[in-house]
Amino acid sequence: MTQLALVIDLNVCVGCHACVTSCKEWNTSGPAGFMTDENPYGKDPTGTFFNRVQTYEIGEFPKTETLHFPKSCLHCEDAPCVPVCPTGASYKREQDGIVLVDYDKCVGCRYCTWACPYGAREIDEDQKVMKKCTLCVDRIYDESLPEAERKPACVLACPTSARLFGDVHDPESDVSVTIREEGGYQLMPEWGTHPSNHYLPRRKTRMHIHEDELQRADNPLNKEQRGPSGPVEGTTLDDSTSW
Amino acid sequence: MHPAFSVIFLTTLIGVGQGLFLAIFTGHSYAAVQLVSAQDSVAFYGVGGLIALLFLIGGLTASFFHLGRPERAWRAAAMWRTSWLSREVIVLPSLMLLILIYTAMQFLDLDTVLYTSEKGNVLHLSLIIGTLAAIATFVLYICTAMIYATIKFIQEWACALTVVNYLLLGTASGFTLAAALSSANAPELIGLYGKWAIIITAAAFFTRGGSLIRNARIKPISTMQTAIGVRHTKIQQKSMGMQGGSMNTRDFFHHKTAAFLKIIKWSFMILVFPLPIILLWTGVNSGSTSVLLGAFIIQYIGLIAERWFFFAQANHPQNLYYQTT
Repeated sequence: MTQLALVIDLNVCVGCHACVTSCKEWNTSGPAGFMTDENPYGKDPTGTFFNRVQTYEIGEFPKTETLHFPKSCLHCEDAPCVPVCPTGASYKREQDGIVLVDYDKCVGCRYCTWACPYGAREIDEDQKVMKKCTLCVDRIYDESLPEAERKPACVLACPTSARLFGDVHDPESDVSVTIREEGGYQLMPEWGTHPSNHYLPRRKTRMHIHEDELQRADNPLNKEQRGPSGPVEGTTLDDSTSW
Repeated sequence: MHPAFSVIFLTTLIGVGQGLFLAIFTGHSYAAVQLVSAQDSVAFYGVGGLIALLFLIGGLTASFFHLGRPERAWRAAAMWRTSWLSREVIVLPSLMLLILIYTAMQFLDLDTVLYTSEKGNVLHLSLIIGTLAAIATFVLYICTAMIYATIKFIQEWACALTVVNYLLLGTASGFTLAAALSSANAPELIGLYGKWAIIITAAAFFTRGGSLIRNARIKPISTMQTAIGVRHTKIQQKSMGMQGGSMNTRDFFHHKTAAFLKIIKWSFMILVFPLPIILLWTGVNSGSTSVLLGAFIIQYIGLIAERWFFFAQANHPQNLYYQTT
């Protein structure tokens, strides 16, 4: 069975929000209708987004690090938002594991948001239906697009390639190999939701330079290019040879 | 969580309606086996059923204000196999229909006698309908409470006490109202209802108090560390990824001070439990309708505060991602 998902590399994410804006641009122009924006240029802009980039400071000054953390629906394998939906509007697709909302069935009761521990769902304040990341389901299967572009908008937009997209159930896929080899992890594993999206941890890049690497002990120059000694007092020519 | 008044009124109003019907039906079935004297079918069973129905209609109306698309509400009956909300959507109108039939039988004098025993016990047709409605009443209490109790992420709710509290608080307010109604229309039953109302209210005091004690000691299962997967004790959010807030900051936070919460908590602990018990005791002894009605009104206002606090106290793990609200 296929389970499409994102793998987000927190070591590479620079927090530029390109994934946020490209997601909004693609999905607000899609066949499912616009995504609400209130006061987009006003004092307190608010609206519906499928994807947000948050920023955390880890550690205590002066030893702090900044972590940019993109967050969207994790398309859980055991999605708790699906069984609670009273209308069946919230569902998980059999063929690729994407969790979707049928906007024509949703009553906007918000019960699914209570049942999602990640806060991944947002109600559209104009259309009054629940919205969430679709993994660009209207894009990834679109055969009118070149094959390289059949990926979620956020993945294509990321300038540092911090977002990978693929089938996490295929053990040989890029995402599976990356999760396996780069220490990919899930958010809030304690709830047994088994999120399909994985995150790659921050990795420290450190150089270890030893003193003998700064000063090569076996440098042949030390032997071959010994400088001439100073003038030597002597009687014969041999005695005054500087070498 | 942000307490939505539509849900507060839904749960408290149907709680009263269910409790009142249970009380009326208790009196009716006791009378059938001659434990208490039978009452006038219109003035007491009929009027009681009608008032219970009005409370249920009030609750149902309030629930529509919670929906973004109320015109699609009928769809909510679809997923009863998995969703407690869907089950509630089915049971509530079913209960209303049963109570409507029960009430109509009293008003229209359609209550045929099915069986009379040698000792004079009478089985009316409405008792059969009433039994079905009483079962539906209990099922509805369970459905309503399970909507909250089955969300394991909200640890304040995920507990058997949630179900017990919904059941006891609803029946307590219903029996208090029944005591007020009986003082006007069926004075012989005032002791039955008044004393049961006191017993149920006292029981609810212990179970609701128990859940308050439990919730005060909850250790959150999710932490900032598991939320973003960083093993460091000092993690501070600097940006939530938005400027003017979102549904995540509006629907999941009450935006009130801890002092305000404390005031609400102590208000409902006084308004729901000791005050109504004192008034019920006084009312039962004096037979005063106004005192008993006062007990109900005070208890109901207290229940609104109780339900507000029930929502406000719930701390959703998604709040870990929204710490700079």
